[in-house]
Amino acid sequence: MTEDSDAMVSLTMEDDAAPAAAGSAADTDAAPRMRMRARDVNVFYADKQALFDVDIDLALNKVTALIGPSGCGKSTFLRCLNRMNDIIDICRVTGSITLDDRDIYGRDIDVVQLRARVGMVFQKPNPFPKSIYENVAYGPRIHGLARKGRELDEVVEQSLRRAGLFDEVSDRLQQPGTSLSGGQQQRLCIARAIAISPEVILMDEPCSALDPIATAKVEELIDELRQHYTIAIVTHNMQQAARVSQFTAFFHLGELVEFEATEQIFTNPHDQRTQDYITGRFG
Amino acid sequence: MTDIAEPRLAGAWQDADWTKRRLRRRYRAERRFKAYGLVAVFVALGFLALLIGSVIVEGYPAFVRTSVALEVDFDPKVLGVGEAPTAEELQRADYGKLLREAVFAAFPEVTSRKERRKLLKLVSTAARFELRELLVDDPSIVGTTRRVWLTASSDVDMLNKGSAPRDVPEDERRLDDQQLGWIDTLHAAGFVETGFNGAFFTNADSREPEIAGIGGAIAGSFYMLLVTLVLTFPIGVTAAIYLEEFAPKNRVTDMIEVNINNLAAVPSIVFGLLGLAVFINLFHLPRSAPIVGGLTLTLMTLPTIIIAARSALKAVPPSIREGAYGVGASPIQMVFHHVLPLATPGILTGTIIGMARALGETAPLLMIGMVAFIVDIPGSPFDPATALPVQIFLWADSPERGFVEKVSAAILVLLAFLIAMNAVAIYLRRRFEVRF
Repeated sequence: MTEDSDAMVSLTMEDDAAPAAAGSAADTDAAPRMRMRARDVNVFYADKQALFDVDIDLALNKVTALIGPSGCGKSTFLRCLNRMNDIIDICRVTGSITLDDRDIYGRDIDVVQLRARVGMVFQKPNPFPKSIYENVAYGPRIHGLARKGRELDEVVEQSLRRAGLFDEVSDRLQQPGTSLSGGQQQRLCIARAIAISPEVILMDEPCSALDPIATAKVEELIDELRQHYTIAIVTHNMQQAARVSQFTAFFHLGELVEFEATEQIFTNPHDQRTQDYITGRFG
Repeated sequence: MTDIAEPRLAGAWQDADWTKRRLRRRYRAERRFKAYGLVAVFVALGFLALLIGSVIVEGYPAFVRTSVALEVDFDPKVLGVGEAPTAEELQRADYGKLLREAVFAAFPEVTSRKERRKLLKLVSTAARFELRELLVDDPSIVGTTRRVWLTASSDVDMLNKGSAPRDVPEDERRLDDQQLGWIDTLHAAGFVETGFNGAFFTNADSREPEIAGIGGAIAGSFYMLLVTLVLTFPIGVTAAIYLEEFAPKNRVTDMIEVNINNLAAVPSIVFGLLGLAVFINLFHLPRSAPIVGGLTLTLMTLPTIIIAARSALKAVPPSIREGAYGVGASPIQMVFHHVLPLATPGILTGTIIGMARALGETAPLLMIGMVAFIVDIPGSPFDPATALPVQIFLWADSPERGFVEKVSAAILVLLAFLIAMNAVAIYLRRRFEVRF
């Protein structure tokens, strides 16, 4: 009996660890490994509190969607995860956020290093006004991830391929990134983000400035990227959240109302406010 | 539905007359405003044309000058040197006497002392230096006689170029009838010539209008701007980057910002007084030197450049900063790789416009002694010098008729420099501008 149960335990552990190690995207029912944990996060802009005691975990190889009406604090929370809020002078964050069990607001964490590990894609495509190649090569270069020349070329090509952009731009890598269409620019920004092999990718409404076709491409891309990364995405589009995410967090007025598996949230929410929001009764 | 009242102005658009009247009034107001604008533009353009036109008309004669030819007998006895003089002897030879003899020889019939003195007034007193230069360059001339073109005196120059009238009573003229007669004789013999006045650009200031030039002032202005540029550009841009990108937003930063804005509005003469007190009285830097002028203008230009650079940095969209931070760039990488290249055209434009202002500045230079009369062209920022606008001020103060055209000519040169600098600023802005 005891032997059996031991075997059982080791088996489940193996099951749990195997997809993580292989980086596979299999939607196993086993509890996913948590990459980032946020506990009791409060955010203040000067005296105004924007987030109240938020607890969220980001699971490895899963997409976590943050939804909620405008001004509910979902972008603010996202920006806490790579300390982007540090740029804003009046912003203050309390509570703990860990990446692989290390506090990212801790003294021993370098914020620049953190942002390389936790990449970000912004609402409005913001390629650097440099060439397409330079946009992608910039990150690896400043972090010394690839030597100039062949190695860097490979990283650029691979990143552009993963972002599903390479075939469209392979013949004009030296043209400015700003000359691309909106959807291409956003995929370029995604390529730029993944070029430095981040562990987590944060996306702040990445499709809000795109047309439906470009949106579909980016969504497809997010689903593919899930195999290699941990992804958090802020979106206003309920269908998008339902399509791309495995977990969904619903924010309202700075509070985390509900955080569940996406299926659960969209079919059987616990909270009345969630129900009202996803059915379009407000927001 | 029923509780919504009938609109108060219901049917207004059906009243054709009323509509037409309103429309007519609206279009009348628009036409009136356009007319005001046109009038304003044309008045401004008219005054500009008047200004530039008058300066050109006044100034262009200064770009030509009159020369007089004399048969000069380079007699060693007159010069007071030996048959084969050494270079040192030639430096100290009596060129005044040589010139006098040559002038008298041209008009042998003139013998009285009084008349001979009048005769000497035809040629510039600086002509003897031209003779010396000739001999020092080529000592073999000694002992020969040859025709030499010498600078005419300012009075002859004015008369020849038509700046001084000859059909006024004799006692209202600088030259009397006898002198006019001599000039006509020379003219008839082809011994008077008008040519391009290259000396105007290479000579320094002089008491004699016919040989006074802006070479010294240009060199002075150049050294001064060099000092100003070398100091303001790095200091100003660094300060702007720090204030805009790194400084914590607190009371102290606010104070600094307010004070920079205030400094930009301080009258320039105050900076002159500061320069006098600090650089000359405290640090004992040489008076009248471009280094002091440059330092003073640096103080004056810094706020302008800091403000221009800050607004150029501020104009870089925040999304670029976020993008750079997003891929893990450090703040300094963010600034130098992304923000600064985008702000460069704006910063350069601001710098050049600041420099152009410094070039045209006079008041602070008066306070630090750059208003002195200096006949040497400065060879370094530590030599006494004057600057272009100050030279204009000095000449405008001189009573001689010959300086009137010099003032306008110097203004033209100054304007040409300013226009060139602004053109460079516009070019740089167009060339390096990045659109989003």
